[in-house]
Amino acid sequence: MPSGIALLKLGQSQPLPLPPLGLRCRLPPFFTAHDESTAISSKVIRRRGERLMGGKGTTRQTAFYCLAGSGQKAYFWPQMFKLLTHIGRYLLWMGRVFRRPEKMRIFRQRIFDEVVAVGYNSVGLVALVSLFMGAVLTIQLAYNLESPLIPAYTVGLGVRDSILLEFAPTIISIILAGKVGSSIAGEIGTMRVTDQIDALDIMGVNSTGYLVGPKVIAAMISNPIIVMISMILGIFGGWLAGILTGEVASSTYIYGIQYWFQPYYITYALIKTVVFAVVITSIPAYFGYHTTGGALEVGRASTVSVVYSIVVILIFNLLLTQMLLQ
Amino acid sequence: MIEVKGLNKSFGDVQVLRDINAQFFKGKVNIIIGQSGSGKTVLTKCMVGLHEVDSGTVTYDGTDFASLNFKEKTRIRKDIGMLFQAGALFDSMTVEENVMFPISMFTNQTLAERRDRAHFCLERVNLTNAYQLFPAELSGGMKKRVAIARAIANNPKYLYCDEPNSGLDPKTGLVIDQLIQEITEEYDITTIVITHDMNSVIEIGEHIQFIYKGENWWQGTKEEILRTDNKEVSDFVYASKFMKRVRQDLAKAQ
Repeated sequence: MPSGIALLKLGQSQPLPLPPLGLRCRLPPFFTAHDESTAISSKVIRRRGERLMGGKGTTRQTAFYCLAGSGQKAYFWPQMFKLLTHIGRYLLWMGRVFRRPEKMRIFRQRIFDEVVAVGYNSVGLVALVSLFMGAVLTIQLAYNLESPLIPAYTVGLGVRDSILLEFAPTIISIILAGKVGSSIAGEIGTMRVTDQIDALDIMGVNSTGYLVGPKVIAAMISNPIIVMISMILGIFGGWLAGILTGEVASSTYIYGIQYWFQPYYITYALIKTVVFAVVITSIPAYFGYHTTGGALEVGRASTVSVVYSIVVILIFNLLLTQMLLQ
Repeated sequence: MIEVKGLNKSFGDVQVLRDINAQFFKGKVNIIIGQSGSGKTVLTKCMVGLHEVDSGTVTYDGTDFASLNFKEKTRIRKDIGMLFQAGALFDSMTVEENVMFPISMFTNQTLAERRDRAHFCLERVNLTNAYQLFPAELSGGMKKRVAIARAIANNPKYLYCDEPNSGLDPKTGLVIDQLIQEITEEYDITTIVITHDMNSVIEIGEHIQFIYKGENWWQGTKEEILRTDNKEVSDFVYASKFMKRVRQDLAKAQ
């Protein structure tokens, strides 16, 4: 390993003396190679690379080697540092989202428009997924609970709790992160690369607040309604499947969904949904807003934003569950 | 008047603008010319605050723009109109809504008043039959005209035009150039046009700034630029066969 790399400390960024072509080297864990501005991914390296070395899982080695080979200056940023930079930038940017709008009348109108785009247009997909998931849950539970020791109404109870606690708030939010999130990142990313956001800024409009604020608020209003619809349809789908397959009698299922019902589950689900609503609108909007380049980068921002949204939803799901169900 | 003093801007290790000093005059069409990649667009983006400057000042009628906070910058930005290279019209809005947008955001006019003003601006750019069309349904020239109408909708004091006739046929380009000149004189605004089209320079240029490799290389009038002996400026101005013929004619006339 070249001594320059060993001397690097967390948070440090500096050009390093590059090893001669052909020298094998390995970066320390959590470090990644960047060129002037762009993170070097293995795909980019393969396009740019002079020669490749190593086999699977040698991305960091390859990055260093290729930079050395092509004579570019190499910068090494700890990956963790990059993540913290993103989080800090995201929080500062979110501060601008909730600044006082220039014209409340226009802001209100935009919220209504976004409720249609973000919420209403997703109802069909959510309804379809919920019906089928409820049905599948019923059939699976009925299949797995074939024991004289377990009462038949457990199927209804299991379907109800699965849907209320996890399926409706979390899985539906993940589905919406894919549907709504990619659309938001694509829309705002395209506006960025076609100078429409610059046009807003030059007019003196707070582009972040104007474009993102209504989306976040619209999702916070409409997603709880969507999740309630999902709950109702999921439980209904389970009932329908139970009757159609003959696995559970109607009265048994209805008894099951009423048995030991805790209204707090609904509150818990709705709290999670509101938090997820902020995540699935703001994270894609953040990635779209900071897109640079052209159509390729807009597509990439769209994909990355959905991945990040889902990861953040899963992390918040864990944290909120721990906090709210203790 | 807009004044730029000692402006420097770099991206990473690459210094794009070096010690730019320039003045842009009120009621005149001020032109920034230079080769592609010379830093013209970066200069204007620094001037309107889309890029943070490394050092130097940009003053709008004596007010240092870079030293202002977000709210104060917003106040000055309301006086700026900008025509982007590709128009930057809002895709989701009709032509009429695009032009009405800045009026709706910053005035308390009624819908009828806003509509009247938008129609007036669209008539001013000779576009009277496209109110309800979306940007995707417009030709390149129509998009530029809508963008000009939107830029002047709020009676700006300063108008920036980034390559206003790029991608247009010579006749439509000329119409756009003349429109910019007429609007500048009519409303007595400070207009800055970025271009590398010598036809535009000759047609409407009153004060010309030549940027070369990020440096303030030359400035003067259109009469002076045709007679300059500065090599870089001369190479740029007389790059085309047509302009070379113009130079021969000028030499004969002298």
